[in-house]
Amino acid sequence: MQGQGPDSTAGPAPPQDKAAPFATQTRSALEAVMRGDRGRLIAALTRQISDLHLAEDVLQEALASALAHWGRAGVPDHPQGWLLRVAYRKAIDRFRQSARHGKQAADIALLAQAEAEAPQPIPDERLRLMFTCCHPALDQKSQVALTLRLLGGLTTAQIARAFLDRETTMGQRLSRAKTKIAVAGIRFNIPEAQDWDARLNAVLTVIYLIFTAGHGAGESHGKDLSDEAIWLAGLVNHLRPDQPEVMGCLALLLLTHARAAARKDAQGVTIALGAQDRSLWDATMLAEGLALLDAAIKRHRPGPFQIKAAIAACHIGPEGPDWPQILALYDSLLRMEPTSVIRLNRAVALAELGQAEAALIEVQGLAAELAEYQPFHATKADLLRRLGRWDAARAAYDRAIALSPSFADAAFLTKRRAALPQN
Amino acid sequence: MKYIALIYSDPAREPKPGTPEGDADMQAYFTLNDSLIEAGVLVGGEALEGVETATSLRIKAGKVETMDGPFAETKELLGGFYIIDVPDLDSALKYAAMIPAAAHGTIELRPVMDLSAMMEG
Repeated sequence: MQGQGPDSTAGPAPPQDKAAPFATQTRSALEAVMRGDRGRLIAALTRQISDLHLAEDVLQEALASALAHWGRAGVPDHPQGWLLRVAYRKAIDRFRQSARHGKQAADIALLAQAEAEAPQPIPDERLRLMFTCCHPALDQKSQVALTLRLLGGLTTAQIARAFLDRETTMGQRLSRAKTKIAVAGIRFNIPEAQDWDARLNAVLTVIYLIFTAGHGAGESHGKDLSDEAIWLAGLVNHLRPDQPEVMGCLALLLLTHARAAARKDAQGVTIALGAQDRSLWDATMLAEGLALLDAAIKRHRPGPFQIKAAIAACHIGPEGPDWPQILALYDSLLRMEPTSVIRLNRAVALAELGQAEAALIEVQGLAAELAEYQPFHATKADLLRRLGRWDAARAAYDRAIALSPSFADAAFLTKRRAALPQN
Repeated sequence: MKYIALIYSDPAREPKPGTPEGDADMQAYFTLNDSLIEAGVLVGGEALEGVETATSLRIKAGKVETMDGPFAETKELLGGFYIIDVPDLDSALKYAAMIPAAAHGTIELRPVMDLSAMMEG
């Protein structure tokens, strides 16, 4: 799904067009470039233009030119370089047409130089683009949307569908975010050393949110978003190798995604981890995740994503979950991220170790903050069930079912609720 | 580019003048001013008298209407501002985080509109 071409390149080529003998090759070349290299082209353009609206507009114009020129003269040897240079020229034209001549003469000169010296292959500036999209001055939903649009190349319509928004609403959100980047002076930079950890965490958090949106959606668009998140984490890992937190994030996604096929039964109902058919787990993906996690931990710079990946790894051992280790990992995680959600997850480990009563007390203390959070009610219901408090458990299941984002979870909880004994 | 840092805080949570906390707060502002000047980024800045001294005004049907106090009733009130000239938002954020009121109030950073192009046109 990543790198969908713009609408202008879609649709079948008219056969035997005399004015455009290379129309078919052109279309497939453009589709290939847009699928694999749109983010790369936008990033290279933004490096010079520092205006995402303009970068997207001139790339779109360059695509239209390519459709016409390549159709007549054939696909050039370096399609990406060709598109980049034409996009630079389009940007220079825009600057010349604008009223602000004096101020932009220097910009035009820089662009002309960039156009003349455009290297082959084009430089990969996608890490800068990633940090720009995930700048903390943008709200998190906009960070997610921008990342999917600019790095992933999803269309506005696809992003809107994934987040159950209207296309116009999502379009406005993207547009506002791009304007803010330009007007507020958010630079297209790699963060400085003192900001690196926090800014990298913001990028990885966006990737993780895309992944969980994929899992939450479950049905039609879910798998695509999960794949997209894995691709993005792999991209960051490729652009900046040997970063333990990046490796930890990628490991977490792989260890979670490897179990996707076993997570639901034939009726689409969620299956608890312990009851999953392990033969359906993707062994290659699991091995890749475990190897990454291992390599990350060896670098001795622990961070929240590595710990979350380690927790995921502890859940899938051949002898079942290693709860004492999981509890210890949650304790470390809480020191880094003292959030209610992590306290909730820690309580589950506590209950698995036979301390359901203590776990329930812990969970009830989170009631105000997590009142609208479905897993809070699902966890509370399970703890009450373990303690034999059937009526209270039923009420908590009802609330959890009402808040369930997917059929799979609602159906799972409904089954659990039905299995409670009548008093 | 220029940014204005608008300093909002709840008077009830501000360090009181004449107390050790108040003196420390004042000293922190002096230190900040010095570092802004030394870095060559300070364009201007003022502390404002209390909101109880404010007069608001608007024109309705051609007539000036004045009102005692601010229009909006909020807990955090505008208490002062800095204007700084720095390369980008990241450096503006770094300086804004040094404003003592950030510890108990809110600093709103806004880019100052660049009207020079309009003037030239």
